Amino acid sequence: MDTTGRPNPLFRNLSAKIAAIPMILTALVIFVGGTAWTVIYSFTSSKLLPKKLFEWTDVINIGDWSLSIPTGIVWKSFVGLQQYERLWNTNRWMVSIENLFIYGLCSLVLSFIIGFVLAALLDQKIRFENTFRTIILYPFALSFIVTGLVWQWLLNPDFGIQSVIRGMGFVGFTFDPLYSADIVIYGVLIAGLWQGTGLIMVLMLAGLRGIDQEIWKAARVDGIPAWKTYLFIVIPMMRPVFITTLVIIASGIVRIYDLIVAQTSGGPGISSEVPAKYVYDYMFQGQNLGQGFAASTMMLLAVAIVVIPWAYLEFGSRKRG
Amino acid sequence: MTLSTAIAGADAVASRLKGPQGPKPRKRFSRRNIFIYGTLIVVALYYALPLYVMIVTSLKGMPEIRLGNIFAPPVEITFEPWVKAWSEACTGLNCEGLSRGFWNSVRITVPSVFLSIAIASVNGYALANWKFKGAEAFFTILIFGAFIPYQVMLYPIVIILREIGLYGTLWGLVLVHSIFGMPILTLLFRNYFTSLPEELFKAARVDGARFWGIYFRIMLPMSLPIFVVAMIIQVTGIWNDFLFGVVYTKPDTYPMTVQLNNIVNSVQGVKEYNVNMAATILTGLVPLTIYFVSGKLFVRGIAAGAVKG
Amino acid sequence: MTANSVEIRGLDLAFGAVEVLKDLNLEIPEGEFLVLLGASGCGKSTLLNCIAGLLDITGGQIFIKDQNVTWAEPSQRGIGMVFQSYALYPQMTVKGNLSFGLKNARFAKAEIEERVARAAEILQIQPLLDRKPAALSGGQRQRVAIGRALVRDVDVFLFDEPLSNLDAKLRADLRVEIKRLHQKLRNTMIYVTHDQIEAMTLADRIAIMRSGAIQQLGSPDEIYNRPRTKYVAEFIGSPAMNFIDGVVAERGFAAGDTTIPLDGYGWADGPKQGPAWLGIRPEHVATGELAQGKPFRQEITVELFEPMGADTLVWTTLAGQPFHFNLDGQHKVATGDRMTIGFDSARGSLFGKDTELRL
Repeated sequence: MDTTGRPNPLFRNLSAKIAAIPMILTALVIFVGGTAWTVIYSFTSSKLLPKKLFEWTDVINIGDWSLSIPTGIVWKSFVGLQQYERLWNTNRWMVSIENLFIYGLCSLVLSFIIGFVLAALLDQKIRFENTFRTIILYPFALSFIVTGLVWQWLLNPDFGIQSVIRGMGFVGFTFDPLYSADIVIYGVLIAGLWQGTGLIMVLMLAGLRGIDQEIWKAARVDGIPAWKTYLFIVIPMMRPVFITTLVIIASGIVRIYDLIVAQTSGGPGISSEVPAKYVYDYMFQGQNLGQGFAASTMMLLAVAIVVIPWAYLEFGSRKRG
Repeated sequence: MTLSTAIAGADAVASRLKGPQGPKPRKRFSRRNIFIYGTLIVVALYYALPLYVMIVTSLKGMPEIRLGNIFAPPVEITFEPWVKAWSEACTGLNCEGLSRGFWNSVRITVPSVFLSIAIASVNGYALANWKFKGAEAFFTILIFGAFIPYQVMLYPIVIILREIGLYGTLWGLVLVHSIFGMPILTLLFRNYFTSLPEELFKAARVDGARFWGIYFRIMLPMSLPIFVVAMIIQVTGIWNDFLFGVVYTKPDTYPMTVQLNNIVNSVQGVKEYNVNMAATILTGLVPLTIYFVSGKLFVRGIAAGAVKG
Repeated sequence: MTANSVEIRGLDLAFGAVEVLKDLNLEIPEGEFLVLLGASGCGKSTLLNCIAGLLDITGGQIFIKDQNVTWAEPSQRGIGMVFQSYALYPQMTVKGNLSFGLKNARFAKAEIEERVARAAEILQIQPLLDRKPAALSGGQRQRVAIGRALVRDVDVFLFDEPLSNLDAKLRADLRVEIKRLHQKLRNTMIYVTHDQIEAMTLADRIAIMRSGAIQQLGSPDEIYNRPRTKYVAEFIGSPAMNFIDGVVAERGFAAGDTTIPLDGYGWADGPKQGPAWLGIRPEHVATGELAQGKPFRQEITVELFEPMGADTLVWTTLAGQPFHFNLDGQHKVATGDRMTIGFDSARGSLFGKDTELRL
């Protein structure tokens, strides 16, 4: 065996490289390639399924030598920002954006408040902590479809909460979010919070448990009341947990789809539509792919606005530090 | 600490020393405790209520539902809605109940869980112990990929699956689940393998074990807990999936969630709320069972899997 | 002359732009116990990992038994390694741990049995063969870890700080055990530590490392008595050596008003003059009657003292600079006491101020 020469670095660690092929393919083909493909096609007028990933139709002839270029369909149907113009002029998209905005904002604020308060309560060295946590977290194990259907039933005006309270004598009581266009998104919000706050609570609890117990002792020795300790010492210390939680909630909000499908199907009318549903409907039912691509590119943009600054703060500073 | 705060602190300590102090000799029915436990009990009731309503509704007959209130326990318990939900409920396309969806979900979940964990654990192991140039770059793309809305990648994958002849098949969906499970699982395994003592890995190399030898003989036997956590994440995640199921399968291979939605939101016929609730519970039963059985491991799993969103 | 067991030629190692080891050369004869000694971050463990083949080097060559093993797999180098944490495979029994390497090398079953039995006998761990590592004591774990190298019949044993996680008592016991093992097996052993006592007691030769380079390579005696650099002088010996800041002149070593005679000093390269440090070990300072015979004597005032049992460390000022020395622990002192101390510069070390090298 000749071991004197430096081996080809390409073959060093070969098994590891082979083992990483699925990861490399996923990263490059699906995440980078797929995303780029969708973004590029959002500038086209494609209405129906392209037959192939790329159409190798454009042929450049140089003498007797010819070259197919893989962007034929894009060149042929390139329409610039037309899909986006149309998107932002579509009422249904505007409703979707508005809903996402209301749902997102409320869900973000309420998740944080409810999650943190519950975590703080559970962190008081109470008995039955596990029982309480188990009950509050179980909805998270359920799918959005199940969640949506349960709350569709609970909010059913003829049989659900409204009818029960009317039955108790409050005849004029009205609470039927799923059937009134103005407040339907809040009906979805109730279900979403029920499903998701347990997770936020667990994350916050982990954050609280991660705080040095000496801080509490120091605060007590200094005579600082508990609420002040939380507000001025503990919460600022939990900044990293909050940021991570924020990113998790935000990227989840943008994706909201199943819950709407199950609970309201976008109704009444189009009053509870959301972007993800817009994308799906245009891609797979409306046969208007360009719209679907443009809408999904907008979703990507929304996530990028949240994730890129976070990644910069989280990893950029760490590299420098 | 300045002198004045030091004195103020000392005062506070002195005043505390007079009264009942510290959390230990706390009175059982202090106002603080009543507040904490009271709030938690109300909250727990709120969270538990939907499950309770689901169960009682599914055990009532339709006449009782029309007359009574949804919170009332069933007067006459009937299991007929469950039977109907399982084998007779209609989706608008067929009237085979949830059973077909259940078996489809099983046939999707089992291979997806195995394939995704096999791929991700080997990836994570390679990233943790056999770093090669560029590995971190691909990993970073993978992690950022976890944040890309699925909608962006739905269509390219449709085309890829069609090109390789898997579109509309169970195996196509298995592949999709393995791909989208990869970021979080790879992160999970990479972090876990990194936390294992590096010297064990070095010792095994000195002992002549190679990539696969170390993976199977040294790493796997030490990593059973993390494999359980990964299985919890994957089984619940894949079982609960709706979007991929509806996009990448055809009606006869629809997973349970899609089947459930089609049954409940079917516009045909009279709404049978008891059947709907029975069907809903049936669909939630697998993840709920895993949740209640696995306890702490589930919490660990979602804390790690939270990134998946 | 014995053959070299391990030879390192011009070894370089860099992680990106960070150079960890720089043009390092080392020759280790067959059967030697070599200790790599240095503060953490000096590159000693890195060097050991390079020899083991666990790190890919950037440049240079490594030979083991005259074979170029620069790019060979760790298992093909004829080395065995004992780690700080011992790194026993927790899920395998002692027997499994011992036979893992042999199984990977596809030895026959009977051969494996025989080798494991022989190693177990040498290390006296026969009763432990069916136990899991978790059920072993610290000393037993070390023996199994050594056994893992022993069964493979390796030429070179590499030890990576094997004693630094243990308490003082156990450390002393296991140190003796390693020494005994070396005397029995006579294998080449390379031992990394940051503990100078371990180094002094175990080593045939010590290599003191700093910033990825070897500062001095020599027997414990040489290292202690004739440190080649100021760093080595500082590093070896406890309490640490005194360094008097001054100038080497014709009459002797001048520090402030004080002149210390340098008669009999073993110059490294002939007498020199210029700014220098004079290093005096605290244990080489005599007091009372013993001081009378020394070439240099001075009366000092006790400023501070630290009783340590056998000795008392006394702090004072000499030539306007802080100075400390050992006093017999039975000798009672008090702050403010005056006493005469004396030492012989021939036993000290001079270091040039510019190079920090021994003069």
